[in-house]
Amino acid sequence: MIPAPFDYYAPTTLDEAISLLQELGDEAKILAGGHSLLPMMKLRFASPEQLIDINNIPGLSYIKEEDGFLKIGALTKEAELEHSDTIPGKYPIFLDATKLIADPQVRNMGTIGGNLAHGDAANDHPAVMLAMRAEVVATGPEGQRTIPIDEFFYGFYMTALGETDILTEIRIPIPAAGTGNAYHKLERKVGDYATAGVAVQLTLDSEGVCTYAGIGLTNVNPTPLRAERSEQALLGNKLTEEVIAQAAQFASEDCNPSDDLRGDEEYKRAMVGVLTKRMIHKAMERAQ
Amino acid sequence: MTKEITITLNGEKQSLEVEPRLLLVHLIRENLNQTGTHIGCDTSSCGACTILVDGKSIKSCTMLAIQADGKEIITVEGLATTEGLHPIQEGFKENHGLHCGFCTPGMMMRAVELLENNPNPTEEEIRWGISGNLCRCTGYNNIVKAIQYAGAKIRGDELPSTEPEFV
Ligand SMILES: Cc1cc2nc3c(=O)[nH]c(=O)nc-3n(C[C@H](O)[C@H](O)[C@H](O)COP(=O)(O)OP(=O)(O)OC[C@H]3O[C@@H](n4cnc5c(N)ncnc54)[C@H](O)[C@@H]3O)c2cc1C
Ligand code: FES
Ligand code: FES
Repeated sequence: MIPAPFDYYAPTTLDEAISLLQELGDEAKILAGGHSLLPMMKLRFASPEQLIDINNIPGLSYIKEEDGFLKIGALTKEAELEHSDTIPGKYPIFLDATKLIADPQVRNMGTIGGNLAHGDAANDHPAVMLAMRAEVVATGPEGQRTIPIDEFFYGFYMTALGETDILTEIRIPIPAAGTGNAYHKLERKVGDYATAGVAVQLTLDSEGVCTYAGIGLTNVNPTPLRAERSEQALLGNKLTEEVIAQAAQFASEDCNPSDDLRGDEEYKRAMVGVLTKRMIHKAMERAQ
Repeated sequence: MTKEITITLNGEKQSLEVEPRLLLVHLIRENLNQTGTHIGCDTSSCGACTILVDGKSIKSCTMLAIQADGKEIITVEGLATTEGLHPIQEGFKENHGLHCGFCTPGMMMRAVELLENNPNPTEEEIRWGISGNLCRCTGYNNIVKAIQYAGAKIRGDELPSTEPEFV
């Protein structure tokens, strides 16, 4: 399968890339890892007239803690997250997630920025970012702006990025002491998109009372979904089995899965409940 | 619109005119006649088209040839040297790591990077490591053994037995 013809640009600075976006208009697309975009172009679900390859722009790939944030450059590859020294300590949730994203070859190409910018509710990073209250940095002709993750996913394959914006960085507030996080997705086989996936981040104080709760759901709604009622059920409470069961119940009620080859609605709701419970437990263990 | 790119394929530097939409796997197989790299699914699922680009294993059906400009590519044809087979090739040969052989070039290229990063992988690490490569024939057991054999050879350790197990 061969994509429809397009023109190819490989700018070497961010300014050059943004000028190209301004000049070329809405038929131009950014090419990062290409592992969502090229498959769509091969199937002719997408036929951009121009591709702007951002891989030759230096300085967009890093993982560092700075100014109270974990900052991840948009071009950071899944494989780099998987093998980073910064990630294991406070952010095991990234290891949980990246291990389940596709397979090693895809992880050598796919970028975290592309995973979010694609705006696909089936991708795994959006739920993780919702649970961690991330911010997305967009760079455009007017400079940088930050978009809270809650305002980033607009609709089916739609994000808050404008036509001349490039996603350049993801910022995650460094978790307070007593925080744990975890992600798991149910998949039919290695490399499959989630039947359902749940990301949880919790902070517990010295009494075991929950002072922060973030819960994000994968592939059970047209957009990545925050399970707000579930978070509220945990906040301010000691996490007894009863409280956890209530949060899990809310998540399975509040998602909107559709029937497909991965399962019917009822099954997916049940799995969201099971996974929410398990991920809360795992995040609690890691919070110790 | 075509563009000139320069790649190093199995040690040989060459400049070529490519159309932007040309996929890397087609450049290698059709323009350069190196047909050891296979196309199985054409949808980034099976791993038959796996090659090394700057040392990283990637699926060449999901990369544009133009993206390989300036890069070093190694395909299965680049594994053996005048000294003989690459340890991974020897591993597959000694352990009957293939039946029809369709998946084999991709499996071997993936295994080369896997062993580069981790010369002494556990069986589980090997199975995770080749999770992007499908084999419809072998049931994977002998592929795992082939990779363990190659690991031992690369480390200079005693080679594991290649006697088949009867169960
Ligand atoms: C076989 C296979 C299995 C997969 N399984 C999973 C999985 O289990 N879970 C999962 O989460 N993902 C999965 N993926 C998707 C993969 O992780 C993609 O790599 C990822 O979704 C997109 O990242 P990319 O860098 O490849 O982006 P690209 O494909 O290059 O781009 C995707 C979209 O985002 C835009 N874009 C990219 N970067 C930027 C930027 N910096 N600024 C603005 N716009 C940008 C592009 O224009 C395009 O519209 C799978 C892919 C394959 C091929
Ligand atoms: S042909 Fe490229 S992954 Fe199957
Ligand atoms: S040997 Fe036939 S597909 Fe693997």
